[in-house]
Amino acid sequence: MNAPFEFVAASSYPARPAGPELRKVVPRTVRHLALSLPGTRNLLMGTLPITLALALASQAQAQVTAQRLLDSTKEPQNWLMYSGDYAGRRYSALEQIDTANAANLVPQWAYQTMAGGKFETTPLVVDGILYATGPDDRVFALDARSGRPIWQYQRALPADIRPCCGRVNRGLAILGDQVFLGTLDAHVIALDSKTGNVIWDVASVDYRGGYSYTLAPLVINNLVLLGISGGEYGIRGFIDAYDAATGERKWRFYTVAAPGEPGHETWEGDSWKIGGAPAWITGTFDPITNTTFWTTGNPSPSNRGEGRGGDNLYSNSLLALNPETGKLKWYFQFTKHDEHDYDATQVPVMIDRDGKHLIAQANRNGFFYVIDRATGKLVYSKPYAKVTWSTSKLPDGSPASSNAGSPTLNGTRVCPGAAGATNWMSPTYDPQTNLFYVTAREQCDIFSTAPQAYEKGHAYYGSAYFPNDETLPFWGALRAIDPADGKLKWEWKHPSPTWSGVLSTAGGLIFTGDAEGNFIALDAKSGKALWHFQCGASVYASPMSYAINGKQYVEIAAGSTIFTFALR
Amino acid sequence: MPPRTATRGFPSSAFSSLILLCVFSLPASAQDTNPYAGDAQVAKLGESQFRANCAFCHGLGARGGGRGPDLTRIQKHHGTADSDLFRTINEGIPGTAMPPNGTTPQGVGMTPEEIWQVITYIRSVEKKSTTSAGDPAHGKSLFYGRAACATCHMVNGKGGRLGPDLSSAGSARALDYLVQSVREPSQRLAGGISEAMKEFPQEYETVTVEAADGIKYQGVVLNEDHFTLQMLDTREQVHLFEKDQLRKLTKSRESLMPAYDQKMLSDRDLQDIIAFLTTADAMPGGAQ
Repeated sequence: MNAPFEFVAASSYPARPAGPELRKVVPRTVRHLALSLPGTRNLLMGTLPITLALALASQAQAQVTAQRLLDSTKEPQNWLMYSGDYAGRRYSALEQIDTANAANLVPQWAYQTMAGGKFETTPLVVDGILYATGPDDRVFALDARSGRPIWQYQRALPADIRPCCGRVNRGLAILGDQVFLGTLDAHVIALDSKTGNVIWDVASVDYRGGYSYTLAPLVINNLVLLGISGGEYGIRGFIDAYDAATGERKWRFYTVAAPGEPGHETWEGDSWKIGGAPAWITGTFDPITNTTFWTTGNPSPSNRGEGRGGDNLYSNSLLALNPETGKLKWYFQFTKHDEHDYDATQVPVMIDRDGKHLIAQANRNGFFYVIDRATGKLVYSKPYAKVTWSTSKLPDGSPASSNAGSPTLNGTRVCPGAAGATNWMSPTYDPQTNLFYVTAREQCDIFSTAPQAYEKGHAYYGSAYFPNDETLPFWGALRAIDPADGKLKWEWKHPSPTWSGVLSTAGGLIFTGDAEGNFIALDAKSGKALWHFQCGASVYASPMSYAINGKQYVEIAAGSTIFTFALR
Repeated sequence: MPPRTATRGFPSSAFSSLILLCVFSLPASAQDTNPYAGDAQVAKLGESQFRANCAFCHGLGARGGGRGPDLTRIQKHHGTADSDLFRTINEGIPGTAMPPNGTTPQGVGMTPEEIWQVITYIRSVEKKSTTSAGDPAHGKSLFYGRAACATCHMVNGKGGRLGPDLSSAGSARALDYLVQSVREPSQRLAGGISEAMKEFPQEYETVTVEAADGIKYQGVVLNEDHFTLQMLDTREQVHLFEKDQLRKLTKSRESLMPAYDQKMLSDRDLQDIIAFLTTADAMPGGAQ
């Protein structure tokens, strides 16, 4: 494809903020003066070298204001939100650990939750304190320098929750002196960041309908945004915003169009009522256009298209919403009328390059998409892993699904498999190399229908899938993709498919994990491994980085343990 | 124990001990016998659950495959009674790829009711007679004698180490899988070590290495990651390598096991060996 970026109308993107000025929010619960003046400090941070900034930061325990979240890249010692910044880049500007010294990384501390199941958290680090979650909705705050716990919180979950795919949680959001948690019984909870005390607790929906939260919320201005999970239960998906101070719900955007709403015509009969389209991965935010980007998962039932004829909006889509009202600005649907569980729930990464304002996503369906962030128009799509479900393109350049891939009673072999060419694990965009790095899974499955009637709160797949061709190996790779043209720059092969996300750092490094339990540092330019550590269990999390007193740490969750590393 | 077995067991700190009681154990089966036994309607529901949660390893029709045991056999390696099946499904089998209910990446948790549905379905597809027509005594003499199976395979503590232990293969695997494993061993490589949180088990791949000192080894992969290799060579020696220290490393999905054709092993002799394996599961509850 020739210079795909030329399709982007640069003029459609405003130079100045379109939304109202962001208020400097001080939540109701703030009762004490901060130790330093955040505004002043932020000014300093913008101009000082990072090392000096780190030294300053060690003194300060300022409130996390909405402004600080907007300016998160100015305080790289902290990790203030799930993806590190509003752009969803999972990029750390810390550069102490670099390609020359990465071989000298050594463990600093480990924190053991003693929890079973997949450990998917990305911690936050704010001024020396690490906040993270674990399975079964436990939350803990640690001294990020020593790993010693400061407080712990454990949600008392009802016995009859049955979340799909593990009793997992991916992390928190923070504002003021509160951290925010979405729970497996579909509650939203604000905890005091100094004690773990519950400040407010609201039920977003009755969990018994199959609803749950697994994602890390996203704070924008004074609102806490979350998307619901439950695509395996015939839910009707939504994205919510809650007042950070009170827990009052400010808006809800249903991801399945109701009668009278645009898009409703894409659902057969009453199928919309149980249409799925959960939104279980944290969104991103563009303050210039005042737009928040969220992605949605499969229509329900996931692998059976009969009975829900049509494109099934807004399943498997990228949604551009006004964060203050929840109003839809535009949408882009990646997989229409999905029959293979190709959730689009991968972090929609904002890329600003050469005057272009884009969203890049390596989708679970095996295609890498670049989309104009102002208009929602596709710039191009290109496979980054083995794909058989689509053999042609639609007029807009999207992959068209091939009917030959529809599940049958005896099974149809389709690539990628149901777990996808990638999944929820975060990719990273490195503004130094201008490359997009993603964990790719090379695995096909046999998709077979398993018709069943919908029953509220019960698993509702309508299908089965399982690995086929046992003569074929399964494998994975970390792939470095140039978003300008979708071309592969390099790949690092994993012996088997992995669920680890990816972090890039200003030290020229990429960090990722593998299913064999290694946590690995690679040269961002070449893909050469520079260091690794055996964690003892498969990695199901995305790494992050922070600094205290001028010392950079890299973090990964694996098994039931949080590990941190720094230079010897 | 691998961490997954701790999923519902629980946390260390005192503050959660109260919660523990009411939250972290799935409601155990209220009864030891299947309340839906023989109900064809329930078996149909169970089939849907089975396809969504179990077929990934145990195959469509519950006939097993390379991954999971054939569940159409009446005799189950980890217990045959209703209560045994319920426990196996709900709690998994530590040390094997069988996970506790609700912890597979692809499946959602089942309610006790749904577990009973699945058991009802399994009962509905069990074969009345699964005994092989062969002669187990003759099969045993072939296994340890002319057919030379015991060169590489162990049964109940006796035999070689290079291939999988076959003590429970006869009770766990489908008949046609066993036949295929002998006739075309490379078609589906047997699964080896299954790590607690790892999606796919290691397989019995063939590996050939040339070590730093120039010595060559051939054998099977016990385990590997991107950086290291653990192998058992054809002389039953364990070797632990850093891959970047090796002069050469070649892996193959051609099994080291010879493909036994009719000339090497007649159909009748093969039946006898399978009959021996089927009756050999003398240590139920042991490692698979």
